[in-house]
Amino acid sequence: MAIKGFKNHPYIPNSVPQIQEQMLAELGLSSLEDLHQEIPASLKLTQNMKLPEALGSEFELKKHVRQLLGKNRHCDEMLNFLGAGCWQHYVPAICDEINGRGEFLTGYGGEMYNDFGRFQALFEYQSLIGELVDMEVVNVPTMDWCQAAATSIRMASRLTGRKEALVPDLMDPDKFLVMKNYCGPDIRLIRVGHDPVTGQLDLSDLQSSLSEKTAAVYFENPSFLGFIQLHGQKICDLAHGVGAISIVGVDPSSLGILTPPAQYGADITCGELQPLGMHMNYGGGQAGFMATRDEEKYVMEFPSRLFGIVPTCKKGEYGFDDVAYDRTSFGHHREHGKEYVGTQAALWGITAGVYLACMGPQGMVELGQTILQKSRYAIERLDDIKNIKGSRFQSVGFKEFVVDFTDTGKSVADINQALLSRGIFGGKDLSMDFPALGQSALYCVTEIHSREDIDRLATALGQITG
Amino acid sequence: MERIDRSARVRENFHQAKWDEPIIFELSTKGERGIQVPRAEAHIRDSVGDGISLLPSHMRRAVPPALPEISQPRVLRHYMRLSQETLGADVNIEIGQGTCTVKYSPKINEVLARLPQITELHPLQDPQTVQGILEIFHRTEGMLKEISGLERFTFQPGGGSQGIFAMASMAYKYFEDKGEEKVRDEIITTLYSHPSDAAAPSVKGYKIIHIPPDKDGYPDFEAFKMAVGERTAGFFVANPEDTGVYNSRILEFTTLIHENGGLCGYDQANANGLLGVTRAREAGFDMCFFNLHKTFSTPHGCGGPACGVTGVTKALEPHLPGPLIIKKEDNSFGFDTSFLTDPRSVGKVRSFYGVAPVVLKAYSWIMSLGAEGLYEVAKVAVLNNNYLYKKLMEIPCVDAPYIRGRQRIEQVRYTIERLTRETGITSGDIQRRMMDFGMHYWTSHHPYHIPEPITLEPTETPSRDDLDEYIATLKHVFQEAYDTPEIIRTAPHRSVCHQVDGSPSDDPDQWAITWRSYLRKTAAN
Repeated sequence: MAIKGFKNHPYIPNSVPQIQEQMLAELGLSSLEDLHQEIPASLKLTQNMKLPEALGSEFELKKHVRQLLGKNRHCDEMLNFLGAGCWQHYVPAICDEINGRGEFLTGYGGEMYNDFGRFQALFEYQSLIGELVDMEVVNVPTMDWCQAAATSIRMASRLTGRKEALVPDLMDPDKFLVMKNYCGPDIRLIRVGHDPVTGQLDLSDLQSSLSEKTAAVYFENPSFLGFIQLHGQKICDLAHGVGAISIVGVDPSSLGILTPPAQYGADITCGELQPLGMHMNYGGGQAGFMATRDEEKYVMEFPSRLFGIVPTCKKGEYGFDDVAYDRTSFGHHREHGKEYVGTQAALWGITAGVYLACMGPQGMVELGQTILQKSRYAIERLDDIKNIKGSRFQSVGFKEFVVDFTDTGKSVADINQALLSRGIFGGKDLSMDFPALGQSALYCVTEIHSREDIDRLATALGQITG
Repeated sequence: MERIDRSARVRENFHQAKWDEPIIFELSTKGERGIQVPRAEAHIRDSVGDGISLLPSHMRRAVPPALPEISQPRVLRHYMRLSQETLGADVNIEIGQGTCTVKYSPKINEVLARLPQITELHPLQDPQTVQGILEIFHRTEGMLKEISGLERFTFQPGGGSQGIFAMASMAYKYFEDKGEEKVRDEIITTLYSHPSDAAAPSVKGYKIIHIPPDKDGYPDFEAFKMAVGERTAGFFVANPEDTGVYNSRILEFTTLIHENGGLCGYDQANANGLLGVTRAREAGFDMCFFNLHKTFSTPHGCGGPACGVTGVTKALEPHLPGPLIIKKEDNSFGFDTSFLTDPRSVGKVRSFYGVAPVVLKAYSWIMSLGAEGLYEVAKVAVLNNNYLYKKLMEIPCVDAPYIRGRQRIEQVRYTIERLTRETGITSGDIQRRMMDFGMHYWTSHHPYHIPEPITLEPTETPSRDDLDEYIATLKHVFQEAYDTPEIIRTAPHRSVCHQVDGSPSDDPDQWAITWRSYLRKTAAN
């Protein structure tokens, strides 16, 4: 018999009472309560869970959720300058169209025969990122950049048999926390200092921190605070000099115009896919990637799935397959495989592929150039405001920059509150994470910002701090 | 005309969409493009120049990335075709991915998750501007607390395996706080729990002890007693395990762990058949995770984005990753950032707060069912599974080791060893042939402990007719194994591609993980 008080539900075909009775009869049972016989009575709940009452219809559900979401103020109606690991770019409609396709949306762990399209789309995603970063091996996406960076360090540790990794002290503190937890307890992260004027990694501090214990040197380009690390080749050379592996984290939206790290010595490139066609989704659009040269020793250290192209028994037909599957924890070795693999962020990988296929080489060049121009313009506009430094660091940057409000005598918190009342989300407040920067904020300008938007910000900041 | 006979249950005329689509790089035509970039206005260009010359020459990319150049309609057509070549649950009777809980993902939830009020939220917005989504996180946490009996949840883990990793990380912090992290260096799991219950804790440095099944398929309690000791940090286990067997003595297991000072982490990837029936708390667990993309209906997305929401008892709350979402005294929502200064916290396991649209979809699903609905989900999932189990066990070549004649929870790992013995046809062969009828199944994790395995989990989604069609198709293919085995050996015939030659996949000289690697390695051939 059906659950008391419960009516047929559109998501549960066999909630029809007559069908249930017939199926129960097939099993020699008379009631749904005769199921779950294996669970001891002492572990069974004796009454219904205390949950909100079910909404009576799809219409009511829609109304209810829209009412809740209506309390949010989103970046299409506000003017947003927040970045710091999640960036507002234009998402081509075709990206949403493809990742909304039910077949991709509800695909999962099928084989290459029934999920051929998933295999091909992810192989193509790997290939497109491979062109962007100029490397031959790219993984099926992991969770986010934090995870990609952490795994890259674990890979380097296994490759070198060493247990220390050097990271910049001006890195995203949240990312550092993820990496620290993932790399610990066995791998120690050591912070390397920076030049206070330019923000560039302090090469002498780097040199003195490097040793035969160093598994990897990790740095980012552009850096978390937006400036471009100009001495990539030197940093990689120093790492290699002690037998360490160089890992460079990138924002892929820069790679139409910035030299890919592989060309200045990176052994592993990793980064965040969210700029490539994912909405911000309150931080839910994140997906990480890792890339290496096509060398067996690197490939065999990836914990992720790697889809490869293979022939089939029919001439002229493409096929796909898992490359070196047994290295993963899904293979025969479980915990003796490389780290672990599981559900991560595949749909965002497919979406990033769609994005790059649309952008093409020219689109990525234009994207990079436009961001350079607009962010430079914003820096100059803010620099013109009395007591505001448009860019705290004297280094060329990409997309993000540290605006220093210290001399205004106002806190970033107060300034952001005043901006909010004008419909603007100001940059991320850095005063807690980087106290040495005083009252500074990390601003983000992308291709979506118009001259009018930037001028509006400058006008508002002038009024607020003046 | 005569009436067309459509009485057969098996789709003998099925053929999956096959577009024979080129690789995307082969679609490139110089000069085409798929999207335009919003460019800098003339005033900006006049003010700052071309931008690129700001870069020192060595940091300017010398040659643009060799991406394909393709018009938008061709990109769209390409990916539409690839989507059609993917047998997602929206188009399939998806009962073959046992342990994965592939159920119906309601379309309304997808519509809601694609509203700009969620897609266009930046995670660092002032909390007063994101009260709606924070309330949804908070309400969903409240529901999960009731469903599990545990007391605090984090949405950060992006999948079940990361949920296990979060549990292992918290166990480490718990013992670090007690000064026992060096001593307590073992995690116990079972052979039929997910491989990640072993693999994820090993990343944290734990030595893994596997408890084998006893003759009934339960984790062997005698072996377990031998394994538990002063080095035990925790016991990470699924229940039911991947066999669908529920360990009714679970409380004895968790009690023994607690008596020895360890922690118990519940892998609730298989929770679908337990909703409203039994909970982590009563079974003695200190931690658990649920897969919102499984039990709570959010789509699997070809493997994420997802959420392995992870909960703990009050005692373990200080070890959770942060920030946690809180309801304040004035009834507004905000963040508890104590993790930043509390050394007992693991810090973070993922950027920001988790995959918000997934949380929203799970919330909507629970709100469309309520407590009675969730109980019905569990009951029907178990009913469907035991119906399928009974019907399949009537087929002579099918068996399922352990607890014969008794119920399974929501899935069963079958074996067709007899069929293999009698025909030479393996489970892998049958799997390929099933695809010729629009059906899929998964065999098992590796290594196979049950020979020639098939793992099926119907969930509450299929109708009885769907189940009957699946059973009829399996029967049909099993019969083919006896009658016309060659058609199975050479399958698939009506899928997207024919049998692949996987030999390059383990050969470093041949494997090709990107198109450029493929072109290089095949240039001479």
